Amino acid sequence: MEAIIRLNEIDYNYDTSQESVAVSSVSLDIYEGEFIAVLGHNGSGKSTLAKLMNALYIPTKGKVTVCGYDTSDDDSVFDIRQRCGMVFQNPDNQMVATIVEEDIAFGLENLGIEPLEIRKRVDSVLDAVRMGKFSDTSPNMLSGGQKQRIAIAGVLAMQPKIIVLDEPTAMLDPVGRVEVIETVKKMNEQLGITIVLITHFMEEAALADRIVVMDEGRIVNIGTPREVFSKVDELKSIGLDVPMATELAHEIRSLGFDLPKDIINDEELVEAVCRLL
Amino acid sequence: MLGDITIGQFFPGDTVVHRVDPRVKLVLTVLYIIAVFMVRSVVGYGLLLLCVLAIARMSKVPFKYIMKGLKPILFICIFTFTLNIFFTKGENLIFEWKFIKIYKESLINAVYFALRLVFLVIGTSLLTLTTSPMALTDGLERLLKPLKKIKFPVHELSMMMSIALRFIPTLLEETDKIMKAQIARGADFESGNIFERAKAMIPLLVPLFVSAFRRADELAMAMESRCYRGDVNRTRMKTLKMEKRDYTAIALSFVVLALVIVERSVL
Repeated sequence: MEAIIRLNEIDYNYDTSQESVAVSSVSLDIYEGEFIAVLGHNGSGKSTLAKLMNALYIPTKGKVTVCGYDTSDDDSVFDIRQRCGMVFQNPDNQMVATIVEEDIAFGLENLGIEPLEIRKRVDSVLDAVRMGKFSDTSPNMLSGGQKQRIAIAGVLAMQPKIIVLDEPTAMLDPVGRVEVIETVKKMNEQLGITIVLITHFMEEAALADRIVVMDEGRIVNIGTPREVFSKVDELKSIGLDVPMATELAHEIRSLGFDLPKDIINDEELVEAVCRLL
Repeated sequence: MLGDITIGQFFPGDTVVHRVDPRVKLVLTVLYIIAVFMVRSVVGYGLLLLCVLAIARMSKVPFKYIMKGLKPILFICIFTFTLNIFFTKGENLIFEWKFIKIYKESLINAVYFALRLVFLVIGTSLLTLTTSPMALTDGLERLLKPLKKIKFPVHELSMMMSIALRFIPTLLEETDKIMKAQIARGADFESGNIFERAKAMIPLLVPLFVSAFRRADELAMAMESRCYRGDVNRTRMKTLKMEKRDYTAIALSFVVLALVIVERSVL
């Protein structure tokens, strides 16, 4: 299968005069319909990686291909950005308009789509993120989780193949976090949109098909959540946590009890412990 | 204190006043401003007051809300009032004490000047209260479209305006937050003379500016990621179309303007 996003030996540094690199020799293939989580602590280069995927940053070395377009090609920048939408961390700083529906329309207006078609798409994505009744409200009146859902709707309206979310839940309360992650999961399962979720919450990463772990600009581990989280000590050595259930299972196992190594959520832990008793 | 600023705020609603074409509203506001400066009698001000009250009533914006917009200009009002009262000369002296002389004409003049300011603010805040900033800048962009021919950046200007309006509440909220954070650490914004107070503002303004620049940077990136490229090949979801109510509004305003002109020449 052809990869929808292909990163080939990527280097990126913000300041070319300095030695420090934000991302170095990263190679990664992402396939259509996948749900990828990128984990890493602050400054690990995970946010930079996200911005390399829709031509906001152009790699200093190597090549990024999105849906067959090369991001370093100036003519295809807008083709890429339409196909690969992006949701950012701060809900306030990505709202352009003072009315929810006008904000969602912003991307479509930039693409030069007919007014009637814009209207139709705006209404349908508002329903898709269950924000229909807020179409006329000011974003200032919404909660963080609701604002992020509007941001997702704005991207969704452009009918992208991929949505890259750069720590979309970092500034939200637990309720908002659940709302956003449920919406993202739904986009992935029902619409088949490829998701790249940058996060530092292990519970969110556990929902993904594959997890990419980054440290100091490099990919240090790729695999299914079970594979990645089974290496508890390795993750801890680069300053990352594992889901609470995995951690607890790890502790119990180190006491000499026989628990499976690939527990990633509470239900599995409960079941395994019950079986042990 | 910060919550009091209503200039530039939008009060959502679904009344005739809200639905009138923003282009029409903009032009009518300009006409209104001209009228405010033209009238020079109680009858004229009464007429304008009547119009403003009627529009305010139709728009269903609470009267208190409109009045709140006047608070920030209270000082300017008092200032111009005092200047006018003491520093213009007339014929009929009505009050004299040492070197202070107040004439009847200057008193009337001062009252009119203050009234003009009040009318200006009420009228323009009615415009912004009943028109969403997007509609407003959209209307402005379309009105100024002819200027594009002489390379005037119409679209960029209206985009900047709408973003500025979008971020007013966000930045106000942030100012409030920083202020409280600094007060919690012992900052004092309320005592001392004017210089000390200005100096006390530094720990408020520096973080505010830093954060505003960071926001600007992030917003620019978010806009770019949503394919923004200026005015190239851009459409709008809401197209503007003149309707019956717009023509009615224009007709009514011309009647008022005609009355104002009559008032000016007769009284």
